[in-house]
Amino acid sequence: MNAHDPSMHGRTDDGIAVGDVLLHVDNISLSFGGVKAITDVSFDVRKGEVRAIIGPNGAGKTSMLNVINGFYHPQEGTISFRGEKRRKMKPYQAASSGISRTFQNVALFAGMSTLDNIMAGRTLKMHKNFFWQMWRHGPALQEEIEHRKVVEEIIDFLEIEHIRKEPVGTLPYGLQKRVELGRALAAEPDLLLLDEPMAGMNLEEKEDMSRFIIEVNQQFGTTIALIEHDMGVVMDLADRVMVLDYGKKIGDGLPEEVQANQDVIDAYLGVAH
Amino acid sequence: MELLNQIFIEPFQTMYALPDLLLQTLWEGFVAGTLYSLIALGFVLIFKASGVFNFAQGIMVVFAALVLVGVHALGVNAYLAVLITLGVMALLAMTVVRVVLKPLVNQPDIILFMATIGLTYILIAGGQLVFGGEPKAMITEELGLPTGSSDWEVGGGIVIFQHIDIAAAVIAVILIAGLAIFFNKTRVGRALRAVADDHQAALSVGISLEYIWMVVWFAAGVVALTAGIMWAAKSDVSFALQVVALKALPVLVLGGFTSIPGAIIGGLIIGLGEKVFELYWGSTILGGGTEAWFAFIIALLFLLYRPEGLFGEKLIERI
Amino acid sequence: MFYREAGQFKTTYEADSAKFPIFQDKVFIWLYLAIGFIAIPLFGSQFFLDAIMIPFLVLALAAVGLNILTGYTGQISLGTGAFMGVGAYACYKLTLAMPDVNIILLIVASGIFSALAGVFFGLPSLRIKGFYLVVTTLAAQFFLEWAFIRFPWLYNYNPSGAIEVPQREAFGVIVTGAAASSEARYLVVLSVVVIMTWFASNILSGRIGRSWMMIRDMDIAAELMGVRPLYAKLSAFAVSSFYCGVAGALMVFIWQGAAEVEIFDYNRSFQVLFMVILGGLGSLLGCFLGAAVIFIFPIVMHHALPPIWETLTPWTMNSSQADLVAAVIIGVMIVAFLILEPHGLARLWAIFKQKLRVWPFPY
Repeated sequence: MNAHDPSMHGRTDDGIAVGDVLLHVDNISLSFGGVKAITDVSFDVRKGEVRAIIGPNGAGKTSMLNVINGFYHPQEGTISFRGEKRRKMKPYQAASSGISRTFQNVALFAGMSTLDNIMAGRTLKMHKNFFWQMWRHGPALQEEIEHRKVVEEIIDFLEIEHIRKEPVGTLPYGLQKRVELGRALAAEPDLLLLDEPMAGMNLEEKEDMSRFIIEVNQQFGTTIALIEHDMGVVMDLADRVMVLDYGKKIGDGLPEEVQANQDVIDAYLGVAH
Repeated sequence: MELLNQIFIEPFQTMYALPDLLLQTLWEGFVAGTLYSLIALGFVLIFKASGVFNFAQGIMVVFAALVLVGVHALGVNAYLAVLITLGVMALLAMTVVRVVLKPLVNQPDIILFMATIGLTYILIAGGQLVFGGEPKAMITEELGLPTGSSDWEVGGGIVIFQHIDIAAAVIAVILIAGLAIFFNKTRVGRALRAVADDHQAALSVGISLEYIWMVVWFAAGVVALTAGIMWAAKSDVSFALQVVALKALPVLVLGGFTSIPGAIIGGLIIGLGEKVFELYWGSTILGGGTEAWFAFIIALLFLLYRPEGLFGEKLIERI
Repeated sequence: MFYREAGQFKTTYEADSAKFPIFQDKVFIWLYLAIGFIAIPLFGSQFFLDAIMIPFLVLALAAVGLNILTGYTGQISLGTGAFMGVGAYACYKLTLAMPDVNIILLIVASGIFSALAGVFFGLPSLRIKGFYLVVTTLAAQFFLEWAFIRFPWLYNYNPSGAIEVPQREAFGVIVTGAAASSEARYLVVLSVVVIMTWFASNILSGRIGRSWMMIRDMDIAAELMGVRPLYAKLSAFAVSSFYCGVAGALMVFIWQGAAEVEIFDYNRSFQVLFMVILGGLGSLLGCFLGAAVIFIFPIVMHHALPPIWETLTPWTMNSSQADLVAAVIIGVMIVAFLILEPHGLARLWAIFKQKLRVWPFPY
């Protein structure tokens, strides 16, 4: 993948300069029946940064990502993405507005090959209609090949050429995570949500994944919001960190600030309530 | 206008004018409903314990009845034939669990479901091969089941209660109560509920999945035999029953796949609904024969409105 | 040795994404087509064409339809028979209304009606999954079956309640009715099936087919990648039912020549489902392999088993018993395949080809 390829920079004409607010989450509350998953949380993500969301298990981190990309509908609060305010939206609308993500428990299309999985990420970019597809030869094939080129660049970038045609169900976990990142990248997102991209990985795999995340962020300028448990990784990668505990925001700021925050230390080490 | 009249006015006029007809229909619907409930109950037992959507449950009803009649035809005493049939059902349960379910543990649900369709085919063809395909009469009298009927005068007409229907309802109630006690009060029952909740956790506390599955498949076999006897006593033992048995599926949709009370209430709703609809609306407006699809269409409409069933809980999807 | 890809390098993405990337496969597919279009009509007996090839192709087309829905999109359907029926009745009404129009055109057009029926009964799939869908497709099966009987207009008030196929021509050749030759009918079916299978394989390898598979493998992730479940599922229902509808029309007009409702009952739905399971969920080749086994095996058993049985054992056996034995064996095969090779015959074929590639070495 070429760092100067403008197509990988996301939308360049959205009028949001690097450092301005890209996503704004306002007073979100989410509950399931009587269980409150998120209580009145606000935060923002600025264009071009790596934003980390941390917190103990069950703190509502994944729920937060689910809210951002429209999978859960919060009872209260609004979300503005690129200046557009919304509260309820369908996941595919989030996808088409430029939000893409990976999942905590790998959610690849297990019956498809690596290539097809990453091609799947290009779904929204492909437009040839049913009848062209039926004929295939001609415009539909042309389109398919154009997108294949982009996908091959991603495959090169993630160093997964050798598993291009393997069904993803048979791949080891670390590679699956990588394919999943590739699929999310294929959508050329403005905002990339990563849900524990390094969970269950060994040190070497973690280093690889960190390298990919940094490159995606720095070379292509993709804004990233990630959830991670490995504090070392978070402190190294993130520009700013938000901390959730029991669905409430207990800290937000630069990594060093959060690290020094007494509430955060209590939440992680546990204090008598 | 004529149509509106046929839909909204005439049926109720008929109900009012001929209360005996209405009562008779309701009773027949109730009896049919009990049988649907019984078949659905077999589904629920297996689904709860093993997560298997047992498409063969309907065929097990026919198969059990067929074995019973077939064994009796060899000259075996009726009650002994029931015991032998129970033995066959136990053997079937063991075979299915050992040969089909165990190798398919952890496969996607759809694969298990299709395996039970294959099982259906085996039971249909195998049953016919061994016992012959022609319809047979149920050995109602030999089993000591009542065959007469009682009349009851209502509003100038009479309502007929077949004794076998009354017996069917009573036996269904006893069976359901018995199962409820078995699953709530016994050790095996507790183990079963544990398995239903979480396979892995149940395994980790030393419950044998294989054993529990055999128990539920056998229990479903007992329920099937009961339903088979009752049903065949009203018509005949024939493979045409398999179509009727499929109506347990819409019952499940109404009641929810894991709820025993749901299966019972769903069965009654379908049973009553299709008889009443056929008599007052189906036969007058649609030319009859609506019983073939009424249950399924109701289930379809119901699914659009409440996909989780009457008693099912709303599922929160996680990712 | 002969089946090697060594030395065949792909230099374009187009070549790499071709359907038959290996040269030998290309040769074979043309060979098969030549056998199908030239050798079989020339040398096949009338029985072979009428009783084996035509039904086999028609059922394979229905299996392609069901496989699109079940194998590629992951939505189980037990309504195949009814959707085939919609196609057949639609074709009958169309050709009565327009007797001079090329019948092949009408057969294909009748698929549109079954596609509409498929979309209607597929609507619940937007809110429900898996087993619940079995119930709604059974609703389609039983309701439509009933409708085929209750509305005499559909079979033109024929007192027998059956469709009687009129004589129709295509390109100046009689292809339906009693006067049509086996060869003509066979070639019509073969052409329709080959072209439609080719279209299906094109769709499946493009964006739309991929979105179906995304829904099948992980519907939530698919939605988060921008697939709209409404479009994906309903288009799968539409395309699948279209194929089933065309198969139904071919079944009545070309294969059977007359039809009663019974040929569209739920046993038909099961028969096609078995073809898909045995052949391989998510494989077009599997549809043909499955159709061959499920349709042809019972015919072989019907004729061959009783004499064999009676020579080997002292007991007698009639052909209807042989049918039952065949049915038991098919049931056992279904279960055995699900346990041993859930991807069916198509996967076995792929494994065999893989072995052939490396032969004479084991790996």
